[in-house]
Amino acid sequence: MSELNIVNLSKRFDNTAVFENINLSVREKEFLVLLGPSGCGKSTLLNIIAGLESPTSGRIEIDGKDVIGLEPKDRGLSMVFQSYALYPTMTVRGNMSFGLQVAGLKRSEIERKVEKAATMLHLTELLDRKPSQLSGGQRQRAAIGRALVRDVSLFLFDEPLSNLDAKLRSQMRGEIRRLHDTLGVTSIYVTHDQVEAMTMASSIVVLKGGVIQQHAEPQTLYDEPENLFVAGFIGASPMNILKGRIAIEAGRPVAACTGFQVDLSRYRFKAPPVAGQEIALGVRPENVCFGEAGGTSNTGVMARIDYVEPLGADTLVWTKVGDEAMSLRVDPREARLDRQTVPLHFDLDRLSVFSRETERRL
Amino acid sequence: MNSKIIGRIGIYAFLAVSTAFFLIPVYIMVTTSLKGMPEIREGNIFALPLDPNFSAWFKAWSSACIGMACDGIRGGFGNSLKIMVPSVILSVALSSLNGYALALWNVRRAELMLGLLMAGAFIPYQVLLYPLVIMTRTLGIYGTLPGIIAIHVLFGLPVLTLIFRNFYASLPTEIMKAARVDGAGFMQIYWRIMLPMSPSILVVAVILQVTGIWNDYLLGLIFAGRDNLPMTAQLNNLVNSTFGEKEYNVNMAATILTAATPLLVYLASGRYFVRGITSGAVKG
Ligand SMILES: Nc1ncnc2c1ncn2[C@@H]1O[C@H](COP(=O)(O)OP(=O)(O)O)[C@@H](O)[C@H]1O
Ligand SMILES: [Mg+2]
Repeated sequence: MSELNIVNLSKRFDNTAVFENINLSVREKEFLVLLGPSGCGKSTLLNIIAGLESPTSGRIEIDGKDVIGLEPKDRGLSMVFQSYALYPTMTVRGNMSFGLQVAGLKRSEIERKVEKAATMLHLTELLDRKPSQLSGGQRQRAAIGRALVRDVSLFLFDEPLSNLDAKLRSQMRGEIRRLHDTLGVTSIYVTHDQVEAMTMASSIVVLKGGVIQQHAEPQTLYDEPENLFVAGFIGASPMNILKGRIAIEAGRPVAACTGFQVDLSRYRFKAPPVAGQEIALGVRPENVCFGEAGGTSNTGVMARIDYVEPLGADTLVWTKVGDEAMSLRVDPREARLDRQTVPLHFDLDRLSVFSRETERRL
Repeated sequence: MNSKIIGRIGIYAFLAVSTAFFLIPVYIMVTTSLKGMPEIREGNIFALPLDPNFSAWFKAWSSACIGMACDGIRGGFGNSLKIMVPSVILSVALSSLNGYALALWNVRRAELMLGLLMAGAFIPYQVLLYPLVIMTRTLGIYGTLPGIIAIHVLFGLPVLTLIFRNFYASLPTEIMKAARVDGAGFMQIYWRIMLPMSPSILVVAVILQVTGIWNDYLLGLIFAGRDNLPMTAQLNNLVNSTFGEKEYNVNMAATILTAATPLLVYLASGRYFVRGITSGAVKG
């Protein structure tokens, strides 16, 4: 039940800037995911929000109140760490009670809160075990329990699932998201895993080299990436990128690539397209199909089939268009590996067009 | 294959020689302490005692003459305890707190502090004796029990603080962050989280201090004062006494008794000592 504003926040260690002038708003009850490759400053940002590190300059407001200079405990938040960071000499119960004891709550109240959180996280059976007697997933649940047993208005998660195996990770994704839906506590969740971001977030901030690349809802981020980095980072298999130029034919914009043209008349340009501009045309693998398109100007894309990656539900067929790689996500029954050269066509409503100069969406 | 066997033989030969190097003197000490003087005068130091008995031990403990007093070295034992126990407790408590602060909190000039600690740990303490005599005299604690305790604590702090700092610095930093987010302060984190994680390193520190302080001779002689002379100083007075016949059996027994305390501490906690050394003291 809290709103967070980050204003012109900068952080440098000695002489290297981690980020400069970051601005970010987190709405009440939102589940915001900070997504970025490792080393891009996600943990640093989270630590600054938590009050574990101080920024070089800038402001952080929680519910309109500047919290810079406040101790972590005075910011009304709790945090879950990548390494779980459970207190190794205490039981799960001890871990969950610690913050409440420090805050001076009555014993009976502590017990009640711990029981309640434990029930919510299916930890009741494990309350008297030490962290060393728990499996990875149980440890992570205990760490989440420790965070939510306190009445806070902001949850911070720093890559909480990255030490778990794939199956457990997808299960925990759902559990964390359900907890958020039940409790409605504003959450900031840091990860480098775009699947986690897509599946859990109500909005995603993509961070690279300390610069916010895009802040949008997951589907927008997927459909309309703001730049080439986001286009390549989001999606289980990255967006196909083809080099070309803008041309205007009969008053309609087209992408002129080597050996073929793609009709862009249905693409929503932000500014009127300029003929001759160098572009990168982005197409998601699921928006490419075998065969000629009926009657449009999207013709002449010829691809040589290279290799296939069966993914179970569907199959990724890798081809070469000229010397550029192009993947298609197709039904496994359609997949072919005959090294033939075949025609392809694109879904013209699902294209992305970037400037090759600025790498930004046009 | 052959060279492996030769290597093995080499290793065992080395181990045997070094064991003998330490064990032969121990053997001579123990056997001599169990003999009577006539038997010792025969000069056969490797022979087993014909009639082993502990009378020399009892004499060393309670009736051997040191100077004018004939009370054995038991008084020295008591003095050593009075010096050691508070010194060990104080130095270990202070240095673990110091190490914790240096490793896990943003102490200003921590780097400089570490450099000074290193220097403190490696400067031979003989260099500092005269200034310390003057300082303790000015403070009025020269030649008193608090004086010698303060000296031992001071000399213990640098090395111990480094050991503790390295141990705490090797712990995952996120535990510390979690505790701060949970709202715990400096002392709460120390008491409730860090100390419970430290038994192995505490054992290392205690053993180092017990042996160091118990075996100390020079500092005790200089700073403890006539009434508080530690066991080592009394042992020296006994062994080097110039009166009468040298009672080798009593001297040997007194020496063994003096060495017994650190030895017992080792035997009781050697397992933790090794574990502590390998789990942080060195690794950090
Ligand atoms: N205490 C520190 N001192 C110096 N540089 C640091 C410190 N902490 C982090 N950095 C640097 O800041 C950058 C961002 O780190 P971090 O926030 O941990 O990245 P992420 O969590 O996104 O992987 C990295 O290049 C890292 O080397
Ligand atoms: Mg990180």
